[in-house]
Amino acid sequence: MKRFSVRLVIVLAVIAAAILYCIPTFRPEIWPHQKINLGLDLQGGMHLVLAVDTAKAVESAIERSYQDLRELVRKNQIQGVSPERPSPARILVRVQGRENIEKFKGMLEKELRELKISAQTPDLDTYVATMELPGGEADQIKKLAVDQALETIRNRVDQFGVSEPDIRRQGDDRILIQLPGIQDTQRAKDLIGRTALLEFKLVDESRDVNAALQGSVPPGSEVLYKVDEDPATKRTSRTPFLLKKTTLLTGASLTDARVQIDSQYGEPYVSIEFDRKGARAFERITGENVGKRLAIVLDNKVYSAPTIQEKIAGGKARITGRFTMEEARDLAIALRAGALPAPVTVLEERTVGPSLGSDSIRQGLIAMMVGGGLVMFFMIVYYKLSGILAVFELILDLVIIGAGLAAFGATLTLPGMAGTILSIGMAVDNNILIYERIREELRLGKTLRGAVDAGFDRATLTILDANVTTLIAAAVLYQFGTGPVRGFAVTLSLGVVASIFTAVVVSRLVFDYILNTQKVKTISI
Amino acid sequence: MSIEIIKSNINLDFVGKRKWAYTVSGILLLLSLLSLFVRGPKYGVDFAGGSIIQVKFAGDVAIDKIRNGLQATNIESVSVQSIGDARDHEFLIRTDTMETSQGFSSKLSQNLAAAAGTAVEIRRLEVVGPQVGMDLREKALLAILFSLLLTAIYISGRFEFKWYQSTLIAAILGGAVYALYTFNVPIPYIIPLALVVTIVLFWVFGLKYALGAIVALIHDVTISAGVLSILDKEFTITVIAALLTIIGYSLNDTIIVYDRIRENVRKLSKTPLGVIINRSVNETLSRTIMTQGLTLVMVISLFLLGGEIIHDFALALLVGFVVGTYSSIYVASPIVLTWEERAKKR
Repeated sequence: MKRFSVRLVIVLAVIAAAILYCIPTFRPEIWPHQKINLGLDLQGGMHLVLAVDTAKAVESAIERSYQDLRELVRKNQIQGVSPERPSPARILVRVQGRENIEKFKGMLEKELRELKISAQTPDLDTYVATMELPGGEADQIKKLAVDQALETIRNRVDQFGVSEPDIRRQGDDRILIQLPGIQDTQRAKDLIGRTALLEFKLVDESRDVNAALQGSVPPGSEVLYKVDEDPATKRTSRTPFLLKKTTLLTGASLTDARVQIDSQYGEPYVSIEFDRKGARAFERITGENVGKRLAIVLDNKVYSAPTIQEKIAGGKARITGRFTMEEARDLAIALRAGALPAPVTVLEERTVGPSLGSDSIRQGLIAMMVGGGLVMFFMIVYYKLSGILAVFELILDLVIIGAGLAAFGATLTLPGMAGTILSIGMAVDNNILIYERIREELRLGKTLRGAVDAGFDRATLTILDANVTTLIAAAVLYQFGTGPVRGFAVTLSLGVVASIFTAVVVSRLVFDYILNTQKVKTISI
Repeated sequence: MSIEIIKSNINLDFVGKRKWAYTVSGILLLLSLLSLFVRGPKYGVDFAGGSIIQVKFAGDVAIDKIRNGLQATNIESVSVQSIGDARDHEFLIRTDTMETSQGFSSKLSQNLAAAAGTAVEIRRLEVVGPQVGMDLREKALLAILFSLLLTAIYISGRFEFKWYQSTLIAAILGGAVYALYTFNVPIPYIIPLALVVTIVLFWVFGLKYALGAIVALIHDVTISAGVLSILDKEFTITVIAALLTIIGYSLNDTIIVYDRIRENVRKLSKTPLGVIINRSVNETLSRTIMTQGLTLVMVISLFLLGGEIIHDFALALLVGFVVGTYSSIYVASPIVLTWEERAKKR
């Protein structure tokens, strides 16, 4: 009798805990507040996997060193130096004349310590050195680029306003982004994926753009385009600009970017504000170049190229470009959150609209109720009162699955719903095994007590065994599966464990109670 | 008196018909292997890369018009398929194009709406790049390999209770797979090789029950995959999940029959094995039919009512469970007998 009461306490505790953990899904204000999370395939949303082009981050680090090198050579007035970049990862320097070589080497002693000289000729009249980033340094830059991209994207998503986003690193250079319930997926994707590198460059007015387009672009200059879209016809036009390659100032020195409305035309624009250093640089640049045109370039597209009328102090500027309100808002967010250290590409995108998600839930529930109803009907017709017990246990299984999902913070996905539906079918298997065994023992002429004991004892081992293989499959699926499939592995395992518990422990308890306390001669099975 | 689907004194001759069963299974296996290896499985977007776009129109639309709209968006080599009820005007578009550029989906819906002359909603968009596709394929194959290995090791110990032999088998099997892996043998080749090693080991060590179980298992998964391939269904991550579930569940039934065979062997040591096996199958027949039948009820309702996205998954389970039930009666148990007869002849 003592064992009996211990089991009773355990069973009641499990049932109480299961019910407790299911309530917050419907009434989130009730303790323990853990509700079942729906996967993106059920509530709609966007799943993105981005690859950070880390090689580009290394390249731009080299480009910066290359620009520094040219600047240093100019500043130290070393003659006969011709730097080149034969490949994106390398700088090649040729120096003529012994005196120049001395000076150049002296400069390298002090400056540009980040570069490794990977090959050099002996000290003759011409010195050729190949410089690149050391391997460890390149790896460090790559790692930093991904960290920074992650942080930037997180900032952007936060400011865009998505509830419960999940943004994390995946592998070496990938970023996984899950945005549940998002409506305007296109806009979110555009905002996340844009590099948002803001640059200020001078227009090269030494040569006509069209001449540059026809023939050679002067060294140190490049052609970039301004793209305009006619709001009515949706047709785009491209205007070329010849710009000096040197970037005078970037968006890195911004402190703020916000949307303002032009009082004259009523068009939105983005006003930007520089930090102290940026403001000083901006003042110097505008002061030195009065009368010239300064281009505002965003992700290699020219937005505007106004002529500098006078020195601009105070560190404020505006970016115009026929924005819609939304475009201006997203641009401001991107600028505030900062530029991505390297471009990103979308490797995988899965978007589910909210209407499809709710359709899936509805269809899943219908399948569950129709199938479950039929199973319950069969169980009751076939096993009568014992069948009713099995039906109660089936409902308890579902409650335990729900509670498990909530308690472990697991996500219910569409395959997860399928797993739940499947486990209804598998759960009754265990009851059937026990009931059939009891029937068989009764046919062999055993007493009621003997048949029930033998039935449970013999069937329990078989039940444990038969379910282990399903659990193995579920464990492997969980290990190797992607999000939705993991959801399936979770509900299937929860269902299997729950049904072993109800069929073996709960049923036994009920049978024992009836046999011990009622004076029954037959059981309805 | 309780209701019985199967009379408790039933005695059908299952074992006697095993030659027929072997023939039927052999033909099914051959067809499956032909479809899987000669024609090759049709990979879904998950594994092959590409895009799936599920769209819903407000009114009637001809498929040609949808194609026009796609062409205007530079999407070529597409298959457009109507799904669900015709009144839903819902279509599934599959293409190799992997377009994720800025403004793509708004451009697409504009072009589709213009071509169709009715409003359109993009309900689902899945774009998988070739790199991710390759990663997912590798993961799926590893999942299949590991679940087969773990299951093989489990049944080698479980069915005979000779755990030291099973440990040895696990070591040899693990070593063989590790060796193949370090020699850079691709996983699609490792899987059949590992299975051959397993079967040979079970045969050599005389683990007849484990042998029957693993043969039935291979039988079930191969035929399920083969049927999907013959029906020209796509292999996606969820279909692989279904195949792994079949691995788990097909054994469920086999274990129940085997447990009964062993119990009867202990009870009736004088009776020939053929009779014992046949008797055991008959004794467990009613629970086999009840358990498999009710699980099938759930799978069928999932197949019919669960919606388009889960359809192929449910189909795979449906085929696998039916084949699994058949194999635990007609394949797994007779193989034990066949092995015993061979062993006696030697």
